[in-house]
Amino acid sequence: MSANHDRANLLEVRGLTKIFGTLTACDHIDLNIAKGEIHALLGENGAGKSTLVKMLFGSLEPNSGEIFWDGKAVRITSPGVAKKLGIGMVFQHFSLFEALTAAENIALSLNDGSPISTIAAKARALSYSYGLPLDPESLVGDLSVGERQRIEIIRCLLQTPQLIILDEPTSVLTPQEADKLFETLERLRAEGKSILYISHRLEEVKRICDRATVLRHGKVVGHCNPRQETAASLARMMVGNEVKAVVRAPAEGIETAPALLEIRGLTRKPATPFAIPLKNVNLSVRAGEVIGIAGVAGNGQGEFFEAVSGEVLQQDPGSVRIRGKDAGALSITGRRLMGAAFVPEERLGHGAAPRMKLSENLLLSRHATDGKSFVGSGGMVKNASVYSAAQRIIAAMDVRKSAPDPEAAALSGGNLQKFIVGRELDRKPSVMVVNQPTWGVDAGAAANIRQALIELARSGSAVLVISQDLDELFELSDAIAVMHNGELSAPLPIAEATFEKIGLLMGGAEPGHAEHTMETA
Amino acid sequence: MMRLELVKRPQRSALFSVLSPFIAFAMTMIAGAIMFALLGVNPFNAFNVYFIQPVSEVWQLHELAIKAAPLILIAVGLSVCYKANIWNIGAEGQFILGGIFGSIVPVLFPDFEGPLVLPLMLLLGMLGGALYAAIPALLKTRFSTNEILTSLMLVYVARLFLDWLVRGPWRDPQGHGFPQTIQFGDSAVLPELMPDAGRANWGFVFALVAAIAIWLMMSRMLKGFEVRVLGSSPRAGRFAGFGFNKMVFFTFLLSGALAGLAGISEVSGAIGQLQPVISPGYGFTAIIVAFLGRLNPLGIVAAGLVLALTYLGGEAVQTALGISDKMAQVFQGMLLFFVLGCDTLIQYRIRLVGFAAPKLEAAPKLEEAR
Repeated sequence: MSANHDRANLLEVRGLTKIFGTLTACDHIDLNIAKGEIHALLGENGAGKSTLVKMLFGSLEPNSGEIFWDGKAVRITSPGVAKKLGIGMVFQHFSLFEALTAAENIALSLNDGSPISTIAAKARALSYSYGLPLDPESLVGDLSVGERQRIEIIRCLLQTPQLIILDEPTSVLTPQEADKLFETLERLRAEGKSILYISHRLEEVKRICDRATVLRHGKVVGHCNPRQETAASLARMMVGNEVKAVVRAPAEGIETAPALLEIRGLTRKPATPFAIPLKNVNLSVRAGEVIGIAGVAGNGQGEFFEAVSGEVLQQDPGSVRIRGKDAGALSITGRRLMGAAFVPEERLGHGAAPRMKLSENLLLSRHATDGKSFVGSGGMVKNASVYSAAQRIIAAMDVRKSAPDPEAAALSGGNLQKFIVGRELDRKPSVMVVNQPTWGVDAGAAANIRQALIELARSGSAVLVISQDLDELFELSDAIAVMHNGELSAPLPIAEATFEKIGLLMGGAEPGHAEHTMETA
Repeated sequence: MMRLELVKRPQRSALFSVLSPFIAFAMTMIAGAIMFALLGVNPFNAFNVYFIQPVSEVWQLHELAIKAAPLILIAVGLSVCYKANIWNIGAEGQFILGGIFGSIVPVLFPDFEGPLVLPLMLLLGMLGGALYAAIPALLKTRFSTNEILTSLMLVYVARLFLDWLVRGPWRDPQGHGFPQTIQFGDSAVLPELMPDAGRANWGFVFALVAAIAIWLMMSRMLKGFEVRVLGSSPRAGRFAGFGFNKMVFFTFLLSGALAGLAGISEVSGAIGQLQPVISPGYGFTAIIVAFLGRLNPLGIVAAGLVLALTYLGGEAVQTALGISDKMAQVFQGMLLFFVLGCDTLIQYRIRLVGFAAPKLEAAPKLEEAR
């Protein structure tokens, strides 16, 4: 790995600066990426990582500074220019058309007039050779986040880039999927390609990255070799101080506590040809406990969330029970009024309306539950009290933003997530169901969200967390169940759970059949 | 060689959101001037006749209000639809059905008189428009049909139905065979606001009240919030617990009722009887009004007055200059065209790209692209 340092730089950035109004998002950034290295870019939300890579990819123009590609000064004025140079990018928020197939999406970005069938064949071959199996004929709308990411990666690879920028690539993958991705990345490195790897997961940065550049408040605070650092020392560089470890107070008297959320024999036919049917799912979450649901992306978690939240109603009213009452036939509003709160996986367009202000997005999920304080007589919205409640949540969750009440889309992903989780926590719900609570949220903020979820449970609520991040589930949960192919395993108490056991269940193995292979794809 | 490039703005431009209609209006004026010049008329003279003279006296302002009232009434209803991303193009048909339903009382029960007649007619008009608008809503929610097509096609059904009524069962027996109903009785005629000054009737008041009420709903009420959420982000709307199908019915029934109210107000106020044609295309022109007014009810009041002027101007140039009154439609079409064009500037800015743009000599060839 040290050999990388001697190689010629593929990309050299000197004094790159970007100013938005009064905010200097990137302040004289220096960055070198050698040929054939995996270079980590670390930093909290709002540290300037996204701004930096947008400038490298041509979606933003720097105010000052220079970029050298292969030793020559270049101006990257558009993503098209970046692609021509040989820079490929896999975004955190995917840019795919849901109504088109994977192959059609790829064809759109290639734009070279080759027939879809050729592209599909190429994509299929490439995806298998890099260990990222993908069916090019499937509709994007029916794919999980993890599968969509594969399309983005394949699409990027088809353009044979020299430098690949990956923004939070593993945040939606299982350990096994992530391992496959790392193999892919190592293969690419062996082929002499360079990778700029943005992640909050310090362990994996230590594992695969050759060098790291750490940003804080728009400035480079250090370059280091992550293998010689500890996760804690990396986190300290990023945050500027120690990250609090999540404390899980022992749960007391859970066995006798009433079940606040019960799922009984929940069955759901697939709504689309590619959706996963739910098969006889049973689960109960008691007051005071956190139950985690692990699983590979696209194994029915989305369908399960819809059924539990009430976005889709059930035939059998008793299949979902909230605080001891049947809720299966009630709408999401009805279930909220019974004391439940929900945080969906997708932030923009599902948990929040992108073009609406944060205060309006507060009203989005709480117009009924807080009807008295937010909506006056005759259906008039009390804007002042909604606004002050939004400010209360923004302060409580330390949401960083550029205006007092910005549009949801103007926030970074992590900050919007803090707001969306805070919006529900603020209600002190007695049942909380969260899908991917900390996707794309930096280490410090993720710890805060997890701590808040545990405290909510310990104060007497039932908390159900669906996540693809096993570290997170082990930190949070009192017991972990695994969803595979629409079926849910019995919850495994955290004392008995290990990464290996859970990983096997995620791959579809029955408990006790340990020799079963770990095929997850 | 220079070329123009559209570059997406990071955020919607508030400035161009306001400026766009004015730029569009200016461009329409320029294109109009060229057109008048090509017709051999001095553009300044023509503009004077078209835009100034028709509003230079008080009675003419009343005429303007008469034309603006249906446009505003229909357009505020349509603005709610369009905000919800639901496309009711059939207001013309709902307008006609409103006129027909409201006329049931004076045509079929001419002996029924008194202060109850008019409110009943107005209610029936709203009911007729709403029922007619419920058809595309039902088709959309039950069979996922495209409401643009169904609502538009129903306009032609409505026109032919009216035509058949006034030539057939509802024809005035003493009307010497003219295709029209009897003249409405006094208690079935919408009163004029200031009979001494001009002909403007209560329809204009209805329009202003509707505009203010819808403005309140959209900006201050939970219902308006629901419309905006479902329109901009349907999945977030479902998460909020708002039903899309309910919204389809709500917007269609509301816009249909307002179009129906416009229809009966026009028939009972400005015309005084049913004729084969009761609208010079108000239902379609109102679409232009809605967009020119930024889908904002208060903006729509202003836009309604502007578009009403194009009707009056069209008549004026015909009588004074001998130019076809189709000129009105040309102006309306150009205005919508330029508004939609200028709206691009809200999301995009224009960049001039010259030869001086940096070349990419350093770009590697896309080798091994297979």
